[in-house]
Amino acid sequence: MTNITEKLELFEVFVRSKRGLDHKHIGSLHAEDHEQALEYARDCYTRRTEGVSIWVVKSDDICASQEDDAECFYDPSDDKPYRHATYYVLPDPVNNM
Amino acid sequence: MTAPQEENFMRKIQAEEKIEPKDWMPEAYRKNLIRQISQHAHSEVIGMQPEGNWITRAPSLRRKVVLLSKVQDEAGHGLYLYSACETLGISRSEMIEQLQSGVAKYSSIFNYPTLTWADVGAIGWLVDGAAIVNQVSLQRTSYGPYSRGMIRICKEESFHQRQGYEAILELAKGSPGQKEMAQDALNRFYWPALMMFGPHDSESAHSQKSMEWKIKRETNDDLRQKFVDQTVKQIEVLGLEHPDKAIKWNEERGHYDSSDLNWDEFWSVINGNGHCNRQRIEHHVAAHEEGEWVRDAITAYNDKKRAKKAQNAA
Repeated sequence: MTNITEKLELFEVFVRSKRGLDHKHIGSLHAEDHEQALEYARDCYTRRTEGVSIWVVKSDDICASQEDDAECFYDPSDDKPYRHATYYVLPDPVNNM
Repeated sequence: MTAPQEENFMRKIQAEEKIEPKDWMPEAYRKNLIRQISQHAHSEVIGMQPEGNWITRAPSLRRKVVLLSKVQDEAGHGLYLYSACETLGISRSEMIEQLQSGVAKYSSIFNYPTLTWADVGAIGWLVDGAAIVNQVSLQRTSYGPYSRGMIRICKEESFHQRQGYEAILELAKGSPGQKEMAQDALNRFYWPALMMFGPHDSESAHSQKSMEWKIKRETNDDLRQKFVDQTVKQIEVLGLEHPDKAIKWNEERGHYDSSDLNWDEFWSVINGNGHCNRQRIEHHVAAHEEGEWVRDAITAYNDKKRAKKAQNAA
């Protein structure tokens, strides 16, 4: 059985739901090129005004960190608590600062 | 002894963290998910047939456009779910192959015929209603892409149930003949709708592991009970007779007691002997084969576009 999806590239779809908000990953689809991916994304993922702007990115072009390596990959400097607001105890009347 | 990866996996499950496509997961978890998500996707797609049957014959232009939109949604839901399933390393063509060869199942409800216009209303109200109960629960499933797909689907699904109930309501308030037609559809679809939740927990091959891995969040019987409870009032408002003569409020349990289902019928339909099993698959194969020229045209157009691009670049 010939299947067209195997000849097509996989794209990830990001949608901005309204102006002022971030684009958010919403799903993926197969398409021949960016132009077609945009049209398919519009047809599939924005059937009920879910968005005002769509990004499509080839899945292969995404370079991702491995979540399982989180500990050695990230260094959030948790040993420096003075970088957080909660570290500073101020008098009650001004503590809303 | 459990491997550290498996321990890490179970820790995430227990902490209500989602499992994402690139994470390590037990082979059985992956397999179980592929079975469940692909079955779900196939149900969306095969489910277009019984209703599609009525698009040209819906009684008014309004009913036609509503039904057309609903069936279009089902195609979209199938696509969301196929995409989610593909993240587990199975291709779309493998899934279609498994559907057409009978290896993969779809919900047995779609093997019942839609004999009258009232059946279309009953499907929206009861079949989509039962599906929503299940899908709301699955929004909390442990696999990220499946969970996100469910959230999107649930947002769209509520319209399906409401348009179905509205159509039945109109018949139930209509002429004696229309009311009879509504009652008949209710009588035929009520029981198969309850069967959509699957066998009793004690008989369900995949239930225990699925619960442990939080693929499923509530058991078949608990979900079925929810549906039984919510449907009583809906039948009452229609002024129709409840198909289950044994339905009775149980104060102690805080739920309705109801008759057991005809499980022989359930297994017989699952195993391919429902009214429409062969017809549904034959139609799917035919539609796929008849669509060959469309796929060929897309491929040819894409080749042409690519050649043109290469020429312009040269």
